[in-house]
Amino acid sequence: MVRVVFVLLALSGGLGIAAYVVAWLFIPLEGDDATIAARAASDRRGLTVAVAAVPLLVILVLVSSALGASWVNSFFWSLVISAAGLLLIWRNATPPEQVLLHQAVAPLTSKLETSGTPHRHLRFRLLLGLALLTGGFVMLVVHDTRRVVSLRPLGGLLLVIAAIVVFFGPWWLRLARDLVSERQARARAEERADLATRVHDSVLQTLALIQRHADKPQQVVQLARAQERELRAWLFDGEVPGSGAREDKTFAAALKRIQNEVESAHGVEVDTVLVGDCPLDDRLRGLLAAGKEATVNAAKWSGTQLVSVYAEVEEESVSLFVRDRGRGFVEAEVPADRKGLAESVRGRIARLGGTAIVRSRAGEGTEVELCLPMVGRGHSTPSRT
Amino acid sequence: MTGEGAPPRVFLVDDHGLFRAGVKAELGESVVLAGEADEVEAAVELIAERLPDVVLLDVHLPGGGGRAVVEAVRSLPGTERVRFLALSVSDAPEDVISVIRAGARGYVTKTISGPDLVAAVVRVAAGDAVFSPRLAGFVLDAFTEMAGSTGDTAPATGDPDLDRLTGREREVLRLIARGYSYRELATELSISVKTVESHVSAVLRKLQLSSRHQLTRWATQRSLD
Repeated sequence: MVRVVFVLLALSGGLGIAAYVVAWLFIPLEGDDATIAARAASDRRGLTVAVAAVPLLVILVLVSSALGASWVNSFFWSLVISAAGLLLIWRNATPPEQVLLHQAVAPLTSKLETSGTPHRHLRFRLLLGLALLTGGFVMLVVHDTRRVVSLRPLGGLLLVIAAIVVFFGPWWLRLARDLVSERQARARAEERADLATRVHDSVLQTLALIQRHADKPQQVVQLARAQERELRAWLFDGEVPGSGAREDKTFAAALKRIQNEVESAHGVEVDTVLVGDCPLDDRLRGLLAAGKEATVNAAKWSGTQLVSVYAEVEEESVSLFVRDRGRGFVEAEVPADRKGLAESVRGRIARLGGTAIVRSRAGEGTEVELCLPMVGRGHSTPSRT
Repeated sequence: MTGEGAPPRVFLVDDHGLFRAGVKAELGESVVLAGEADEVEAAVELIAERLPDVVLLDVHLPGGGGRAVVEAVRSLPGTERVRFLALSVSDAPEDVISVIRAGARGYVTKTISGPDLVAAVVRVAAGDAVFSPRLAGFVLDAFTEMAGSTGDTAPATGDPDLDRLTGREREVLRLIARGYSYRELATELSISVKTVESHVSAVLRKLQLSSRHQLTRWATQRSLD
């Protein structure tokens, strides 16, 4: 849109065109860090040529004013700046910008080439433009000999401008339109590229891994599950894949994270069911940490593919059950150096003032029941066994 | 209903051909496939014509979802024996609750294992209800919420028992939510499997008959979390 404004400004005289060119130099295309001007500044040869043209033009201006054709002056300075600017733009445009420039110039050149074809409106425009131009120049030139009516040169100038508009108006419009649509296309392309990157980083990578692990069903399931979760989170919850851990605010969110982490890390299915929800505090984080340890234990040692986690948030207490149908164990036979159950589960819950019950029978699986009374919300007895 | 030992006749409704193929493979020889459909209208027509024992029904279907199928089939005469078991990937509470309330006898997730699915189909064919741990959790949550919200107002159904679970029913649902099978649950509570089944069916009935307004509100709230 900025360019459209400048195109309109251009109608107000040659200086507008110069301003347009200068703006082109300094306004970068979206997505480009450097403006053309920034690149031009480091282009010595281009600058030299541009500067070398200046004395030449100065001489031309001097000669023309000496001849009495002072109207030349009003256009010349803007032309000088425009020509120099265009030169720099051309030399320093990036390939996509050069394509853009080619497209911008193409309609003009084709117009000149096809001006002989029987396009009625084109002929009409040419004739009208010529008439206006002639009229304008006549008025301007005549102004020099009779200096009585001061409105005349202005009228002449307006006619010349009108001629220019008639000649080049459609081209300018098209130029402006092309610029706008080019920008939109670029934005769309960027979006597509972004999408492609995301899909590549997640889905395609996973598919590649699945192909490589085709002979290991457990790993394939694990990969597919993790990918499914990530894709769902992205498509439906708007979570950016790989955005990392955020601080969970609710018990439900934290429980879900545990499910995800254990599933991804150990390749088992964790089926979580939650009744009720509440904001997280440090005691509940402790309960969840113990629950996670119990879940990891089940995933590692039970030998089954499914761990059921059930949590219930009540007024007076929060309970967490972790159950598997695996091989089970006898607690006395667990080696003393394996501290998971004793320390991370029982010890932690005891410090928080809760109860931990482990039920396990060889061959029938294990259930760990954790219960934490909620102080401040009610009295501190577990609501049930 | 089929006789004792005869495999149930199952009709499959899912809009994903790949998934139908997968389910067919998993059910294998344990059931007789009575037909399949991928959209609501065709499903209703074929089910009314073939009268299968169990319809395995995807909750999400183009043209009204699984709920529309249940409601349309129920409105036709002679379809009382057809039972519905809902299958879903979504776990969104309002989906599950709506298809159960429409008349499905149970709900399982699509990740269920082959043998578990067969067991669920057999149970539904026998007229029992099938609650996955997740559905049990939903129901507990919904009724807890409703008990809380009806504390100061009269129950909307006029029958207060329908808006409340008994202590035993809560216990049964908790154990299902903890991942217990009916058999394990019966052992744990020292009751028979038949008693467990009747408790679950009672809960299902409450779910279908209790105040629509409150359950819907609960489900909507849950899905907004």
